[in-house]
Amino acid sequence: MNVAEKTKTIQPDSLIGKRIPKMDAPEKASGKTRYIHDIDLPGQLHGKILRSARVHARIRSIDTSAARALPGVHVVITAADIPDQRPIGVAKDHLPLKRDRVRSQRDEIAAVAAESEEIALQALKLIKVEYEDLPIISDPTEAIKPGAPLIHPEPHGADGSHEHLKQGMPVAYAGKPDNIAMRFDYGHGDVAQGEAESDVVIEDTFKLHYVTHCCMGVSGIIAEFDASGNLLMYSNTQVPFLHKREFAEYLNMDPSRIRIIQPPIGGGFGSKLDIYPFEVICVFLARAAKRPVKMVFSREEEFLASPTRQPVLLTLRSGCRKDGTLTFRQVHTLHDNGAYTSWGATTPFVMMQTFSSLYRVPHCDYHTTAVYTNNPYAGSFRGYGNLQATFAIEAHMDKLAEAIGMDPLDFRLKNAQEKGEVTGQGMSFKSCGFKECLTTAASRSDFRRKHRENIRNRNTPDPVKRGIGIASMLHVGGGAKIYPSDGCGTILKLDDFAHVTLITGASEIGQGSETVLSQLVCEELGLPISAVTVVNNDTDITPWDVGVHASRTTFIAGNSAIGAAKKAKAKILAAAAKKFECPEADLDLRGGFIIKAASGEPLIDLARLMRNLHFTEKAELVMTTFYYEPPSKHQDKGFKGDVSAAYAWATQVVEVEVDTETGIVRMTRVTGAHDVGRVLNRLGIEGQIEGGVVMGQGYALTEDLTIENGVMRNPNFRDYKLVTAPEIPEMDISFIESMDGEGPQGAKGVGEAPAICIAAATANAIYNATGVRIYGLPFTPERVYRALHGKAEKPYWKPWKPE
Amino acid sequence: MSLKHDIEFTLNGVKRRATVGVGMTTLDMLRDVIGLSGTKYGCGEGECGACTIVVDGASLNSCLMFAVDCHGRNVTTIEGLASDAKADALRDAFVLHGAVQCGFCTPGMMMQASHLLACHPDADADTIKRGIEGNLCRCTGYKKIVDAIASVGETAK
Ligand code: FES
Ligand code: FES
Repeated sequence: MNVAEKTKTIQPDSLIGKRIPKMDAPEKASGKTRYIHDIDLPGQLHGKILRSARVHARIRSIDTSAARALPGVHVVITAADIPDQRPIGVAKDHLPLKRDRVRSQRDEIAAVAAESEEIALQALKLIKVEYEDLPIISDPTEAIKPGAPLIHPEPHGADGSHEHLKQGMPVAYAGKPDNIAMRFDYGHGDVAQGEAESDVVIEDTFKLHYVTHCCMGVSGIIAEFDASGNLLMYSNTQVPFLHKREFAEYLNMDPSRIRIIQPPIGGGFGSKLDIYPFEVICVFLARAAKRPVKMVFSREEEFLASPTRQPVLLTLRSGCRKDGTLTFRQVHTLHDNGAYTSWGATTPFVMMQTFSSLYRVPHCDYHTTAVYTNNPYAGSFRGYGNLQATFAIEAHMDKLAEAIGMDPLDFRLKNAQEKGEVTGQGMSFKSCGFKECLTTAASRSDFRRKHRENIRNRNTPDPVKRGIGIASMLHVGGGAKIYPSDGCGTILKLDDFAHVTLITGASEIGQGSETVLSQLVCEELGLPISAVTVVNNDTDITPWDVGVHASRTTFIAGNSAIGAAKKAKAKILAAAAKKFECPEADLDLRGGFIIKAASGEPLIDLARLMRNLHFTEKAELVMTTFYYEPPSKHQDKGFKGDVSAAYAWATQVVEVEVDTETGIVRMTRVTGAHDVGRVLNRLGIEGQIEGGVVMGQGYALTEDLTIENGVMRNPNFRDYKLVTAPEIPEMDISFIESMDGEGPQGAKGVGEAPAICIAAATANAIYNATGVRIYGLPFTPERVYRALHGKAEKPYWKPWKPE
Repeated sequence: MSLKHDIEFTLNGVKRRATVGVGMTTLDMLRDVIGLSGTKYGCGEGECGACTIVVDGASLNSCLMFAVDCHGRNVTTIEGLASDAKADALRDAFVLHGAVQCGFCTPGMMMQASHLLACHPDADADTIKRGIEGNLCRCTGYKKIVDAIASVGETAK
């Protein structure tokens, strides 16, 4: 501040749009950050879980006597020891410790808390379980057939009757008459009319595969009860406040007795939105052992027991007129729910938005059935169904364009949404840079020329063919009103050195939210980023927030932080106005000073003013609170409504080289244009997008969680291939700043967007290179080789929905 | 009870002793016996590089090395980089270039990168990419990591 004191005026400066390094980066780059794995509590025991050795079986008996007798073992629990356990999950169909039946390979049967991990693992080996095998259903198309064996059958009473359970009980207790876990039906317009008006109609089935998050930090939790019975959890949840309430319900506890502390997280990507059995089981262990219990997965366990992206079978029928106008779209999808229901089952919320509203389509009809199988269960994963939907849609955009002989870019531009439109689903686009995304990505990649040239070169003798493909996406960018509230609270405090403590409900999951929120606050208060400390990881301190999902944090928590900062500014300026006997409007905050707004002349150091305030007779502190709830609406029963306060757009152009002799696809370049509203932290947003692109590359080319008859074949990084550094494409990223009116400084969410279009654009690029369209993912050398040599079977799934 | 061995080695420039089980990995020794948690477990199978350390001038996966094999050797972990001026520059580059997101891969990346630059001070982007091939990162897409490493290499000067 000394430098500024000597200068006569302070020039306006802004942090918005600059490259601001993440505040937590120095700690992380020094190895000093303490992740959950690095925390040990005095007296802590180590918890381990015994998982099923079978895919689908009745549990005949469990004998834990030898395990209990092992020295160093404190507690062994099975379902029989926890008579009060309740089913968890989105559909309440999942008992943490399985009682009489296992339904998938990952299922929890018993758990041990012991002095060391080694002893706990030894104890697991001593537990004897007798099973009676049941038929395995791992194919969702089999699971929906009438008469298929049931995954969650109605339990029989002791007398063989079905009637001993009350209506309305959770699925885990009451069972189900079929394997249907969840369904969604949506429509606008009249598809029959749309089809009648079409010059071209096409129908294809797409088959999307299993992938999983692969957070570099494996899952973990530490649970501890204090002497009064209050529960403290160290957890990496992305939704601490929802968790608190749900845990209270599952544990039959008063929620106010539960506190969650979130240590830094080794990657989230949506994986930590639900409560999983290991978390509840760890709490049971801590309760029984009366000691803190820490549970950390091995990598293999992380693969086996983590949620996945949902595999989808999707049949899409679309049409257009000769002039390039889209007429209708009809979609039927079958989702492999796995054995239990987590957020994966609800991805149709997002998928239907892409079908109904990415492009203008007058008639749309959409049906999803999520069906129970004995496979791993699907959770939420960055993009939330949108990767799957976009894969299908963008293939058809190319196919329709080709069928009517129109340039694929012109065809998209003709049907692209614009600002001011309200879609058939009721989404209202108050800011929309879609067309600019299309034209920017296309011109920066020289799309038109390369696209034409590649087609001409298909028949040259060179076995390596070049291809270019385009795909776009629409995703919520201003929160998503799914819960009763979509808000976030902020508490802001300035101390007598003008240091700001920003207490926000929004969790940091590595995406850089604390840095962006600090920037927004500094922008209001005219302070450098170093003047802010963020507190965001303790439910006993932080105000409520719905959680990190739906790319909502920058938008929602950002607006909340700005609200609190504005109130603080008003308070400071009012005090300063009194002191300098001038109107508040003549003053401003800049560079850590109160300044004259017109000239920039500093009047008083903010820290001094703060102390003045503090030590006067009418002592005052500057502490403000703000709660921001976005102006979005809940959807109606037909899924219509303006569910987000803003929508994000992006176009990605992917270039590939396809070796037709080996089937190897190399991704050489990705050109992306993202409508992010406004760039807040250029460094942070580039990192988000680059990381998302490469995650999308993995989805497109290398990652494939192989499940055979319910058994996972590749639960390790050797056989489940993540993209490595030498494989990454060149990346060219542009930002379209559509300045959203509601967004914080005009910004919209971006977290999920960059992963969404890559696979879709890659499919189009492979087609452009070779003239062969591949309908299933990932594009491994084997799949591509087979397709190029006419050995691939085209998937077909007859559209189906439950009556 | 598993068999224990007493070993003596140099850790981050300081001579020390440790008592370790015969089957224990160096990673577990560092984290659980010695209490240095900067070296991370990502897979335990030599596939992710989160546990990278430098032993007698070679970078390796501490999850694949028995703790007893540290005997008589010179071991450097991420904590040991704190007293290395070149590593300071590398760390600053990671911060300024946005090479850190969740940060879980970062200590391993830092170790691998500082070793890479020690061997190839003039590494270009392709060499760097190949050099960190064994280090997985799920967040950044690697680009900013490569940029950060390249910025402190000799070619950038
Ligand atoms: S933990 Fe050693 S390579 Fe992954
Ligand atoms: S920064 Fe998260 S894994 Fe690399």
